[in-house]
Amino acid sequence: MKNNSGTTFDLKSPVRISDVSLMNSSDFKNWVASCFEAACHLSVFMPLQTNNNYTSLLAVFANNNSNKIRIAALQVEGKEFDSLTPEFPQFHIFERDIYERSGVKPLGHPWLKPVRFPTNSKFGDGEKNPIVGDIDFFRIDGYETHQVAVGPVHAGIIEPGHFRFQCHGEIVHHLEISLGYQHRGIEKTLIGKPNFVALKTIEVAAGDSTVAESYSYCKNIEQLSGAKVGESAEKLRIIALELERCANHIGDLGAMAGDVGYLPTMSYCGRIRGDFLNMTGLICGNRFGRGIVVPGGVGYSINSKIIDELLKRLEAGKKDFLSAVDLLWDSSSVLARFEDTGIVPTETAGKIGMVGVAARASGLEVDSRSTRHGDIYKNSSVFKPAMEKNGDVAARGIVRYNEVLNSIGMINDLLQSLDSGVQANPVTFTNISPDSISVSFAEGWRGEVCHIAVTDNNGNIADYRIIDPSVHNWFGLALALRGEKVSDFPICNKSFSLSYCGFDL
Amino acid sequence: MLQILRARFEQKYRTGKYPNVLPDMPNRYIGLPVLKNKNCPSDCFACMDICPVSAISKKEDGNISINLGKCIFCGKCAEVCQENIIEFTKEHRMSTSSKEDMMISSELQLKHAEAVGKQIRNIFKRSFKLRQVSAGGCNACEADTNVLGTVGFDLGQFGISFVASPRHADGLLVTGPVTKNMLPALKKTYDALPEPKIVIATGACAISGGLFAGSSETVNGVDNVIPVDYYIPGCPPHPLTILDGLLTVINRNNKQICN
Repeated sequence: MKNNSGTTFDLKSPVRISDVSLMNSSDFKNWVASCFEAACHLSVFMPLQTNNNYTSLLAVFANNNSNKIRIAALQVEGKEFDSLTPEFPQFHIFERDIYERSGVKPLGHPWLKPVRFPTNSKFGDGEKNPIVGDIDFFRIDGYETHQVAVGPVHAGIIEPGHFRFQCHGEIVHHLEISLGYQHRGIEKTLIGKPNFVALKTIEVAAGDSTVAESYSYCKNIEQLSGAKVGESAEKLRIIALELERCANHIGDLGAMAGDVGYLPTMSYCGRIRGDFLNMTGLICGNRFGRGIVVPGGVGYSINSKIIDELLKRLEAGKKDFLSAVDLLWDSSSVLARFEDTGIVPTETAGKIGMVGVAARASGLEVDSRSTRHGDIYKNSSVFKPAMEKNGDVAARGIVRYNEVLNSIGMINDLLQSLDSGVQANPVTFTNISPDSISVSFAEGWRGEVCHIAVTDNNGNIADYRIIDPSVHNWFGLALALRGEKVSDFPICNKSFSLSYCGFDL
Repeated sequence: MLQILRARFEQKYRTGKYPNVLPDMPNRYIGLPVLKNKNCPSDCFACMDICPVSAISKKEDGNISINLGKCIFCGKCAEVCQENIIEFTKEHRMSTSSKEDMMISSELQLKHAEAVGKQIRNIFKRSFKLRQVSAGGCNACEADTNVLGTVGFDLGQFGISFVASPRHADGLLVTGPVTKNMLPALKKTYDALPEPKIVIATGACAISGGLFAGSSETVNGVDNVIPVDYYIPGCPPHPLTILDGLLTVINRNNKQICN
């Protein structure tokens, strides 16, 4: 590895591991500071293995205003390093993950806890395997203080996670979120030769984000193999990505309405969401977009008949959506619950590195569609990141609303431009560059999905990391609850709508 | 107020007539496979090689069988089969009472589940309350279960609903391969259920571990932890596949709807 001031690249081809700058602690800290000054956010910080030893920690920063990626590694001496979290809070979750995965300990981490509780956890230096949920929660003590514990099994049809509220009366002073219940060990199964099984496994990393996750995976395989994706295939991939966004945002707007007891919007949105899922079903037969994105292009062809049907349904869907959701913004009782609830100020959102809908609602302009998604978004006359300032539940709702309308516009334009249809591609996983690191991004409906592949000298995947937007944002939800009431939790939670399995993997 | 009424008018009446009227599934929907009675070439393993979940095996007579408890319905086996032995139909009704009933071949059809015994059915037929536990589910099975509560399906019309406490539930609908980290919570939920407990494993993960079969972090399906009464295959199962499964339990599937 080289020793200079970090490597900058633009996602067109992978980086040779030997080209990554390897820094000592103080150089690395300066480099990190310079990245933050240059409007970058931390996308991943992970341990790198050489000869079965963790000898360095790789950091990837993504620029918020351009497609540039900065990458460098911190040399690890022994089994520990100085935690960067006290100075740069964005590192907090990644440093906990590094300790749990590799046993390399971040010294001085303010709240060092396990993340996913895997069976082979290195947390605690291998003395005792931590048990999921069995951790010391932050506590407040005193007269009339109490704790509220929720989960892992929740009241509705929802994935498992544990939430611990520290309250004084109804006021929540602190919320701690302990996950790991959904840990299925996905990343381990991706090691080795990339293949069809790996692609299918990625599709269920977070089943509500199948398109975004498989898009990121395929981008990595394409980067590593040099495969080119045709223009019309890429358009179909983006159509699928935007349909996924519409369906989930509409579902969440309905659920937010339900959580404040506003039933008209709730019941209409539940159905309209299904209409958008069925549009995806029209393309591939599966409502969640399984099999649409494959390395090199798309797994399904579409013809003008399908395009016409999609256009027709899209128009009807838009009409129903407006009729259902406009009610929300006219209802003072809904707005009274949404506004000024669960605020994450811009500065806090920036410090903890929030991404996606929640970040944009807090006034942070981070949207990888503007920067890292290639020409389709750049050349689009419709696409515009939806921005709000207040960072409250209402702002997150309005961002979703505007994004749905924006996405419908995008899908409409893209479908119109596909007059001759799209051909399916054969799936290939060959010619993977050896000894390389590739990074890929997709702006899923929750936010930035980032995948990192590290290959060995035979061109096999030696390490694969999936960073769902939820990894960045769960802590944002915890902060949003401070000073709110326990009864505000459902709408705050729904307004973030984060993934449990996408986080736990 | 007027806007609410206008929206109500615009949104129309959208509840389907299931199960009296079976809807058209999308053209590309991949449903129940049928295997044709043709000789499978002994040196061809194309379908087995492509199957990401090893759902296909060769029997002693050289012909193949598919384990629908593992199948994720990607349809690749039908694409690669030179002899066109495998054909995926648009049949969405696939729930069974045992894993053996899901093994299909050219001679063996899927054996669709039967309702629970009459005594239990008489208790549940107008009110069947379920508790849902996701134990490593990817949120696709969960979403397609949740959607049954919307106006399109209106699960409540059959007296079925999902309740917030296991104490109020007659049964458990479990999704996911059961992660080791969810094992104690799933067992506790099951224990908290009053008898008779009807357990429905929904989706390939819950039935066999699906794509996570063999992972050191999961236990390869629900029936390795608690006894399972019904299996609903799919990855995820279509909402109607789940609805058919639930209606089967209380004998209200197909035309046999109580008025």
